[in-house]
Amino acid sequence: MSNARAKSMRTPLGRVRNLGAAHSGTGDFWRQRITAVAMTLLIVPVVVVVIMLLGRNQAGAAQILGSLPIALIMLLFVVASCWHMKIGMQVIIEDYVHTESLKLIAIMANNFFAVTVAIASIYALIKLSTGV
Amino acid sequence: MAEFALPKNSQITGGKTWPKPAGATEVREFRVYRWNPDDGKNPSVDTYYVDVNDCGPMVLDGLIWIKNHIDPSLTFRRSCREGVCGSCAMNIDGQNTLACTRSMHDVKDGAVKINPLPHQPVVKDLVPDLTNFYAQYASIEPWLKTTTPTPQKEWKQTHEDREKLDGLYECILCACCSTSCPSYWWNSERYLGPAALLQATRWVKDSRDEATGERLDNLEDPFRLYRCHTIMNCAKACPKGLNPAEAIAELKLKLVERQI
Repeated sequence: MSNARAKSMRTPLGRVRNLGAAHSGTGDFWRQRITAVAMTLLIVPVVVVVIMLLGRNQAGAAQILGSLPIALIMLLFVVASCWHMKIGMQVIIEDYVHTESLKLIAIMANNFFAVTVAIASIYALIKLSTGV
Repeated sequence: MAEFALPKNSQITGGKTWPKPAGATEVREFRVYRWNPDDGKNPSVDTYYVDVNDCGPMVLDGLIWIKNHIDPSLTFRRSCREGVCGSCAMNIDGQNTLACTRSMHDVKDGAVKINPLPHQPVVKDLVPDLTNFYAQYASIEPWLKTTTPTPQKEWKQTHEDREKLDGLYECILCACCSTSCPSYWWNSERYLGPAALLQATRWVKDSRDEATGERLDNLEDPFRLYRCHTIMNCAKACPKGLNPAEAIAELKLKLVERQI
């Protein structure tokens, strides 16, 4: 930190203003709260469904997940949790990873990972619930 | 990556123990961070013994006593000695606070341990370089901004609107809050920190100001504002009993409010 300051001859105010405000961040802040509230509401039904699924074979699981409300609960939970995970992880990366190239790679990887997990889970749920 | 260990030339090594004052019946041990930019040595922690019957009750009184009676080279900032100017902010017994309003008797268990405000470049001993901190304050443009022609008399404000500034205007910019914030430690180049954001809230909430939207525009940024993760160290550290975390939450709410 102090080294970076010492190497620059820019004025302190110039350094603070830097590239200006990004005019973003509120969207992620709001979505993180929405997904948090959604997960709080959904976690009890999800746990109940998971308990119901315990010990059942694929046909039994398909029967439970074939119900539209149950499938919807599970799908909503997957979307909310993966979205929340993506935003939360991005915040951690931005907090601690300061090398620009590494930060960009980490944020990209985080996006790919969250989308992959979400699509894989949705695919599995649709496959099970429709019996295709 | 964020640095979790001090660089080698900042690691604390040894330190001098100064003799106890002759004839003192009651002494208090002070362990004070020392660093001199001119001698090329690593920082150290010196141990002093203060004659508590010969100086005032506050930690700042102890430091002034040390400077006057033991070691004139001990360097620290101080001015008002009554919690108004914010000059003597330092880390006392693990907490950022003002040396002039913290009684040495409130520091329990042995020595009074004193360090400069954390995670700022040190100028000398207990004097941190707050250039970046002050520039961040300047960046929020802490003055009344209006387009309407200036009235003949003062800009008017209702009592209710004036009350909205309570808990904000009292800030003395001592930097105790910002330098206690882990988010500020890791990203002080881009995150404005609790003090500057509390001041930003003070101007965003001022009913006389006509640049509220422009102010919010300049704050809406993943780093400038949204590095605040409501850790609350700022509220715990503030020697004036203010709550910067709450002020920052108000900013976030206003930004959401104008979008939905």
